[in-house]
Amino acid sequence: MWDYLKLVVLGLVALLAAIAANYARDFPFHLHMLLFMVAAGGLFLWTLRRMEEPRRVPAASGYMDGPVRAGVIATAFWGVVGFLVGVWIAAQLAWPGLNFHWAEGYLNFGRLRPLHTSAVIFAFGGNALIATSFYVVQRTSAARLWGGNAAWFVFWGYNFFIVLAATGYVLGVTQSKEYAEPEWYIDLWLTIVWVVYLAVFLGTIMNRKERHIYVANWFYLSFIVTIAMLHLVNNAALPVSVFGSKSVILWPGVQDAMIQWWYGHNAVGFFLTAGFLGMMYYFIPKQAERPVYSYKLSIIHFWALIFLYIWAGPHHLHYTALPDWASTLGMVFSVMLWMPSWGGMINGLMTLSGAWDKLRTDPIIRMMVVSVGFYGMSTFEGPMMSIRAVNSLSHYTDWTIGHVHSGALGWNGMITFGALYFLVPRLWNRERLYSLALVSWHFWLATIGIVLYAASMWVTGIMEGLMWREVDAQGYLVNAFADTVAAKFPMYVVRAIGGLLFLTGACIMCYNLWKTVTSVGEKRPAATAVPAE
Amino acid sequence: METYSALRAFADSWMLLAMTLFFVGVLVWAFRPGSRQAHADSANLIFRNDDRPAGAGQATRGAPSKEGRP
Repeated sequence: MWDYLKLVVLGLVALLAAIAANYARDFPFHLHMLLFMVAAGGLFLWTLRRMEEPRRVPAASGYMDGPVRAGVIATAFWGVVGFLVGVWIAAQLAWPGLNFHWAEGYLNFGRLRPLHTSAVIFAFGGNALIATSFYVVQRTSAARLWGGNAAWFVFWGYNFFIVLAATGYVLGVTQSKEYAEPEWYIDLWLTIVWVVYLAVFLGTIMNRKERHIYVANWFYLSFIVTIAMLHLVNNAALPVSVFGSKSVILWPGVQDAMIQWWYGHNAVGFFLTAGFLGMMYYFIPKQAERPVYSYKLSIIHFWALIFLYIWAGPHHLHYTALPDWASTLGMVFSVMLWMPSWGGMINGLMTLSGAWDKLRTDPIIRMMVVSVGFYGMSTFEGPMMSIRAVNSLSHYTDWTIGHVHSGALGWNGMITFGALYFLVPRLWNRERLYSLALVSWHFWLATIGIVLYAASMWVTGIMEGLMWREVDAQGYLVNAFADTVAAKFPMYVVRAIGGLLFLTGACIMCYNLWKTVTSVGEKRPAATAVPAE
Repeated sequence: METYSALRAFADSWMLLAMTLFFVGVLVWAFRPGSRQAHADSANLIFRNDDRPAGAGQATRGAPSKEGRP
């Protein structure tokens, strides 16, 4: 019965996509509808061909780790892709000749930049969050994932969203909202996937065998719920035609700006912070083999973060048409946010108290600790930059880019690498990682890469901020914009080198994980002595 | 009163009070006397049920978790 329903739905989707492709008003929409048609049609045939086969009864007892394994592979893959595009556009900024004439309109900086940000945040970070949340919620709830194959739908649906978004950027499909570039039909698709994700996660929690909901799940759940809310409000748009990719946003003027940065900052706050804190609260205690330093602090950390983050957005709009009181409010909440952030950092770091020697022997723990260190650093830098006076210097400069990358490469990247190193031997049932020495190489390449990146952006950001505001005795501006561009060249080269080191580290990680799965022996069940009863 | 002013007045009075009280309640709840054992138990929850769901029996012990894909 279920199969017949699936056939009807898939057939309808394929048919409607074919009609939409036929009437498409622009090429990218045409291409995307063809992608929908091929995906739905292919699934239709696949389902149809398996209708008569006898079913293997699913072993409903174990944990469902298939989507987690797929998510780990996707995380590593998109990570390398995203870092590679990042290095490329860093090189384009240093050497503009790399915006090749033949690729103009497709592979120039303006088209590749959203590809880079979405690839690292949503493809790399998003797959890491979905995979780890599925892993963690099962272990901490002591229950199998709810909803059967719905988890597979979440994985494939989310990655299909990424393919649509990425191809769209290169072909010029964008609604020009930072971190929310995909157009209306891609947003609708993500909404469907996200609702199923929420259902799978909540269903598993409801089926839990543990009385308490572990704190990591609170963070993951707040991430899923808040992203749903932000996504719906910020992408409220009216398509110009149902057969075209262009849409018009519903919010006018400064309200649009406010909603965009309410979305933008909470994408940082709930996607890149709350979700990844969920990872921190599970993987650091697991890898250190000791419980989190203070469970009380983790509860307070959670609620303080949730209450404060949602207000911080207006600090992106100092000195704009936004009323002063609104940007002051955003600034005050951003400064207050420093406290819960550092509470969480202390909680993560102090989990190692009494086990600091592990830093010497375990490069994975080292990675996680450096990650939490960068979390602390960028959550200090952020509130500072949100202060109006500081912002007047830092806004529109490379300092902002440096800040984002110390958070994204340092905190999100490193904690994800740590989680991947933790997960792969367990998911593929291997005895150990292929090589700890390679993990150390990855650690040092990534750390030095981030230091080069952040330091060069501090220098170039503050330099250009000071150059822009410099006036002579008569009150005329001293520097032309092109002067700052010329002065930034050496720092741009250093930044590209830093990114290259980070990318090299990620490639080493992929090799190490690949070899772990293919050439390390299977884990034997430990011959545990059963106590006589 | 127009909608904006009404919402604004509600937001910076009753809603603010409600959220502050909720947060104070969270603090009190986290620090309530006798909660030490419960928190310790919650913090150690991650070290249980690593290989299989609770009550899934010994059969799956050590076996690679190959769930059937229908």
